[in-house]
Amino acid sequence: MKTGLFKKISTLATIAVAAGLLGGCATSGNPKDPIEGFNRVMFGFNEGLDKVIIKPVATGYEAVLPTPIQTGVSNFFSNIADLMIGVNNLLQGKPAQAASDAGRVLVNTTMGFLGIIDVASSMGMEKHEEDFGQTFGRWGLTDGAYIVLPFFGPRTARDTIGLAFDVYTDPVSHVDHIPTRNTLLVTRVISDRAQLLKADKVIEEAALDKYSYVRDAYLQRRRSLIYDGNPPKEQESTSDAESEQKSAEADEAAKVALRQ
Amino acid sequence: MKAFALLLAAASFLLPLGAQAQETAPDVLVKNVTTEVLDIIRKDKDIKAGSTKRAIELVEQKVLPHFNFTRMTALAVGKDWRQATDAQKKALTEAFKELLVRTYSNALIAYKNETVDYKPFKMQPGETDVTVRTQIHQSGAKQPISLDYSLEKTPQGWKVYDVIVAGVSLVTNYRSSFATEVRNGGIDGLIKTLQAKNKSLEASAK
Repeated sequence: MKTGLFKKISTLATIAVAAGLLGGCATSGNPKDPIEGFNRVMFGFNEGLDKVIIKPVATGYEAVLPTPIQTGVSNFFSNIADLMIGVNNLLQGKPAQAASDAGRVLVNTTMGFLGIIDVASSMGMEKHEEDFGQTFGRWGLTDGAYIVLPFFGPRTARDTIGLAFDVYTDPVSHVDHIPTRNTLLVTRVISDRAQLLKADKVIEEAALDKYSYVRDAYLQRRRSLIYDGNPPKEQESTSDAESEQKSAEADEAAKVALRQ
Repeated sequence: MKAFALLLAAASFLLPLGAQAQETAPDVLVKNVTTEVLDIIRKDKDIKAGSTKRAIELVEQKVLPHFNFTRMTALAVGKDWRQATDAQKKALTEAFKELLVRTYSNALIAYKNETVDYKPFKMQPGETDVTVRTQIHQSGAKQPISLDYSLEKTPQGWKVYDVIVAGVSLVTNYRSSFATEVRNGGIDGLIKTLQAKNKSLEASAK
């Protein structure tokens, strides 16, 4: 099962690269997105899947369940995730955060009834967001090409490897009782999706081209996460109106420099 | 003479007040505007019923004066901004402003019942470019969403030039799609695309 998963993901990556080479003509030349042709197809597939199955179920879930129960479900999974978040913080050389994450799991699993109530947050132990992709980024691995994976959605090459580690170390995927495991996995997908319902309309309206809007948002978000919300500024900022032009140029230059 | 002294006293009393009003600290500005707008949005009957039009009016009236849209548009367009004529810059800014105002209004409606936290704000004296950090706590969600505002000091007071949601700049996120539009149809092509987008959104809005 475990090696099977790695195999599956590496096969996926191979297909992605192959399709990208074939579909190379469909790109608009973004250096971060060399396999845009393939990615757009996958993006369409995921959008279709979301529209037909995941979104309707998540909408129903949100409409039927009272908010406290939704919070409880989301907290339950959040608590399980805190375990590996702690490990990743440790791997990133942030022992204080890691200790806080371990404390969160301890407090929430006991006082919070298996994580259903997030007691730790009200005690001032902040929730973090870490994964192996970020850890590798922290270690200096560059992000590589942007890839849209089927089911999992946007990733970079680095985050795809990170994802394999995330799935491999995910406590939920190690539950032996298969029906329980599958129920947990599905519930988690629905609970996560339900939280994004409000953002849907906003993105739909804001984007000129949803594919590139989502791609660029993903890349920006990952960059911000690696720096724990404080990425170095990409633009050089000047305030007077006359230097607008200059600042836009500097901004672009900074971006180009970053890519290299 | 007495009247003159009185006037002088009044003037000296009023003057610093005026200056102060212009020098509202960036964090205070963000907090005041957010509080005021959310307050109205939560009470307004039309907005409660989902009226985008009313929300847009509100944003235009209360929020817009604190934004520098020319700077925002220049940042979103990137290096192609250089090749735009003044008229094109104006048209671009106008169209981009309309799109952002609509997006922002809809986000406000969608998230109106969530609570906003203001993170501690520190500023060195003489700083002209700052970030004010806030967090949106969503009921039923495990993690708050960060919502940061970049502000710059101008002679007219502090102006927002970027809004960053969960690490994603609403402004620079447009850069690559804008660049594609410019490559395909020039600056005028981008203006047309933006205008068409605005029109279709307006047609489908309540």
